[in-house]
Parts: sequence; C-alpha cells; structure tokens
Amino acid sequence: MANVKISTLHKSFGPVRAVRGVDLDIPDGEFTVLVGPSGCGKSTLLRTIAGLEDADSGDIEIGGELVNQMRPRDRDVAMVFQDYALYPHMTAYGNISLSLRARRMPKSEIDERVKRAAEMLGIVSLLERFPRQLSGGQRQRVAIGRAIVRNPRVFLFDEPLSNLDAQLRDEMRGEIKRLHQEIATTMIYVTHDQVEAMTLADRIVLLRDGMIEQQGAPLDLFEQPATQFVGGFLGSPRMNFLRGKLALGAEGAAVRLGEGGPNVPLPAGRARTAANGVDVVLGLRPEHVERAAAGPAPDGYARVEATIELVQPTGSRSYATFRLAGQPVMAELQAHDVSRAGEQIRVDLNLRRAALFDFASGKAL
Amino acid sequence: MAARSRSLAPGPRATGAGVARFLIVALFIVFVLVPLYWVIITSIKPSSDYLTVPPVWFPAEPTIVHYTAALFSYRGLQGLINSVIIASAATVLSAVMGTMMAYSLARFNTGGQHLAFWVLSQRFLPPVAIVLPIFLLFRSWGLYDTHIGLILAYTFMTLPLSVWMMYAYFRQLPRSLEEAAWVDGLSRWQAFWMVAVPLAAPGVAAAAVFVFIAVWTEFFFALILTSRYAFTLPTIFRAFLGFQGAQYGEACALATTSLAPSIVLGILVQRHLVRGLTLGALRG
Repeated sequence: MANVKISTLHKSFGPVRAVRGVDLDIPDGEFTVLVGPSGCGKSTLLRTIAGLEDADSGDIEIGGELVNQMRPRDRDVAMVFQDYALYPHMTAYGNISLSLRARRMPKSEIDERVKRAAEMLGIVSLLERFPRQLSGGQRQRVAIGRAIVRNPRVFLFDEPLSNLDAQLRDEMRGEIKRLHQEIATTMIYVTHDQVEAMTLADRIVLLRDGMIEQQGAPLDLFEQPATQFVGGFLGSPRMNFLRGKLALGAEGAAVRLGEGGPNVPLPAGRARTAANGVDVVLGLRPEHVERAAAGPAPDGYARVEATIELVQPTGSRSYATFRLAGQPVMAELQAHDVSRAGEQIRVDLNLRRAALFDFASGKAL
Repeated sequence: MAARSRSLAPGPRATGAGVARFLIVALFIVFVLVPLYWVIITSIKPSSDYLTVPPVWFPAEPTIVHYTAALFSYRGLQGLINSVIIASAATVLSAVMGTMMAYSLARFNTGGQHLAFWVLSQRFLPPVAIVLPIFLLFRSWGLYDTHIGLILAYTFMTLPLSVWMMYAYFRQLPRSLEEAAWVDGLSRWQAFWMVAVPLAAPGVAAAAVFVFIAVWTEFFFALILTSRYAFTLPTIFRAFLGFQGAQYGEACALATTSLAPSIVLGILVQRHLVRGLTLGALRG
C-alpha cells in the first residue's frame, strides 16, 4: 500500500519523446487509469514506474521513497502484461509462486498464499496446467494471480484486456474492479479503450503526445472536457463537433453554425470571456440530440430540422446521422424515434450539456 | 486400376517432377549411406576380402579381430575415452559460457555492435595460423599433451559457434518474460537461470550438439597439441596408413566405433531440437 508521486518525468527513445514532463500524484489505494491513443506515452510511463525503463529526468516516488535508481525487483510493484508474459515452462502454480520461491519463502506459506490468490480468481482447478493448456481468459487470471500473490505496494496493468474477445473483456473488467474493491491497493492501469477507462477508474489521466491533457474523475472529464481532444476521446459514439462563429449579443451568446447556418443560442453565462466573432467548435454528444416532442423546444434546447442520412439501430437505441449546416451530426435516439434514411424529423439539441471549444487552441471556453 | 495408378503417380504432369525428386533423394541417400555401409562391412571383413573384384558385399565369415586390434593394439579404447572426456568437458564449458555471453550480448547489448561481431570473427582465423603459438605456450605452461590443455583449446575454438547460435536464439525470445521476472522480484541472475535458460533449452541443446560434433571430429589441433597421453580418437587414424600398407579393417572398426556417440547424441537431443516450447507464453 503506497501512494505514487511522479514529478516532471521525461523519457525519450532516440528522437521520439515518449513522456514529456508528466506530474502525477496518485493517492494510496486509488485506481488510476492512464488512457490515450497509441503512442501517447502511457505504456512508457507505466514501464518507467515499474523500473523497466529509466527516466531521462524527473523523479518517481513510491510510498514516499525515491525509486529512480532502484531495480524493478526492489520497487515492490507487480505488473500484469498485455501479452500475459506467463512462463511457458512452468505450471500455473509455478508461475504464481515464482516470486515467492525467489524470496525463499517456506513451502507451506507459498502453498497457502497461492491457494488464497487462486481462490480469489477462481482458478484453483487450473493450478497444475501449463499456460499452453489455458484459454486467454484463464491465462490472464493466472497473470493477475502472479501479481496479487505478492501483496505488492502498487499494481501496474499494461493493457491487460486488449487480447481478449469482447465478451471476456467485459467479464474480466468487472473482475478487476471487484479485485480492487477487495484488496484496495493502489492500481495504475493503462488502456487505449475509453470504456475501460470510464468504468474502472477512480481517476482518469488522459495523455496525449507524452503530456497530460486532463485528469480527474471519469464523469468530470466526460462532462467537462478541458479540450476538444478530451471531448472527442471519451464517449462512444464520439462527440459531434460543429464549427461556427461566436456571436455575442444583448440577449447572450450564440453560435452561428457553418457558413450562414442556423444560430444556436447558448445558455446564459456561457462563453463570457471569449471575443465576438471568434471561431469556435460546438461539442455535442449524440445522447444530447433528441427527437423533438410536441410543443416548443424546452428551455436550453435548440430545435433544428434534420434529414436523416443513415440509421444504425442497436436494439435499445438507434444512431441517426444527419447534416447540420453541412456538418455531420450523430444523434442517439430511442429505437423507434427514427425508422429509415431519408426521413425528415425535428431534433432538439441540448445546449445545457454542450461543450464549447476555441477552434484555434482546442481549449474549452 | 485407374485409381490405383493415380495414387502411385499423381497425374502425368506431376510425374516428371516426382521422378526427378525421387532420383535426387535416392542419389543423396546412396551418397550418404553407401560409404557408411562400406565402412561398417569392411570393419567385419577378413583382410582377404578388402580389395577383391567383384567386391564382397557381405563377408561370408564376419570377424571382430579388427575391433580388438584397433581398440587395444592401436590404443583406440584410450583414444575413445580421451575423446569422450575432452569433447564432453569442452561442450559443457562452451555451451555454458556461450549461453551466458550470448545473453549478455542479446539483452544488455554488451560491447555495442562490435563485440558480437568480434566474437564471430575468431572463426575467420585459419587454425594453422594459431596452432603453433598455442603449441609453444602450452609447452611452457605444462598444458601440452594434457586433457585440460585440449579442453581449453576446444572451448575457446567453439565459443564463437555457441555464442552466435545462442545470440540468435535469445534475440527471438520475448523480452517481456524476463521483464515479468524482474518485476516479480527476481534478480537478473535468477531471471536468467529460472526463465531465460529454460526457455532457451532447445537452443542450448542445438548449440551443444554442434560443438560436440565439431570437437569430436577435430583432427588438426589434437595432432599438434597431444602425443602419447591425451591423444583423441581422430589422431589414431594416421597410424593405419603406414609404409607396410593400410589397415583397412582396423581403420573401419575404429571409424564405426567413433560413430556411436554421434548417433546416441542425435537420438537423445532430437526431442529438444524441436522448437515450440514458447507456445502458450504469449497470445495466439
């Protein structure tokens, strides 16, 4: 059990600057997810914490102890690898117990601890099998067992679920979350999958080009993205981005969409600091585009006409795509709100939940 | 009838290629096996049958006199024992040291790009270029005509071979297994012995076989660096070709004897030479 503190960490591979000045303070017991597109430096950051890469500069502290110069074995962290990295010449028992055997722990205690870990993961019956005799999900359980049997101060997960099929991934995701609730140890988890990040994290750290774009509780990032990149990265289907110009008037701010498109009034108090006429991007999640009900648009909504171009029903919901001021918009509608392409409907844009970004900088306004 | 002929020769177009393939394989087998057969059969022929026309394909009265002569009169047994000791020791040393050196080169990039190549470059030296200095050094160090001397010479001679075989092997082993071991709390030394070496076992076995065969059949160094005491099996053969004629039977008996360890070795390590031990370690 320990906190992890990272200060101005830099790491380059030749000309590639993988991590560029990351500051991160992870409290004891927190589940932190490092997320971002591939090449954003998240795996490098994790491997540097593990001691598998040396930082070029900056400090890493685990439990208040500076570990920069420490070898991986002395850092007391456990890591679960993307490819499981099970030792193929050892049984599941051998894999899980290796770290204890290396520390010359008494046999009876090893047995006891392996058994407890195996019970926690439901793999007691598999202990005598070799990795090649296990399915992907079972291998991943053994890999997790290998980590928890040591009671490390910090768990590191490097995209542990990316090699599993979708159904198993959902199942294991739940198990990892349950595991964290049970053992309450600090966990740092790397993924490129925003669903995993949202569902698992106490805190999401979103990385881009080796720097932290935004960090915070999942819902905070989801609802108040600091940049257009964050808004686009979290959420599926993706947030709609509509270009326009900011129009400040007596009755409040509005966005004039596209070239001569409709004016969309913003709720009172938004975009107070921006200049009139500045190029902006309106960010609107698909679930905040709704089929209009009878009567006028509710307060804070803007009603527009939509000619549906594409309908993608998922069963519970239907995704409908239309154009607004020449720009594509996806709406997440009730399954029966829309039936076919070519249909003309009215939709309400929920502007209370809309995000507004400066076009030039991508920062939220 | 038609179906049967098809099963024997797959269609008229494939027949030409099939015949050619059969002929090439047959030629190759004849080329390899006939001399072998001739050696074995000559070793049990009475001396009167050696050079008869037409040749004797199987002697009417097989004999083992050539074996007893080769092993005892010509000290073949002593040579065999020496060869086993020297080849085994050199093989173990070369394989162990080669594995460790190769791991260091492959994982820690020891010596940059040049050291690995420099190790290999030792093989470019013609043996005759270094055998005289070694002979002189061994004389002054008391290593001439000793087992240890020849073991050392062979170990260093074969080290480039085992280093390069293991270097290639370690480079294709996934690094993440050792990283997992390091994070698991193993020292680099422990990770090497408990994870990397077991996974590289097929490579070690292959390297050891090559080293053993190289040492077992080596003639030149053994000839120069030994005389009456630490002589190896190959050096005995020069005694069979003398002024009074050639002892074909004895030579063939000793040759047959020297085949045995290679065959036993081949059978023993055959299983380990098959790769596939890393299956299941990683996905897919």
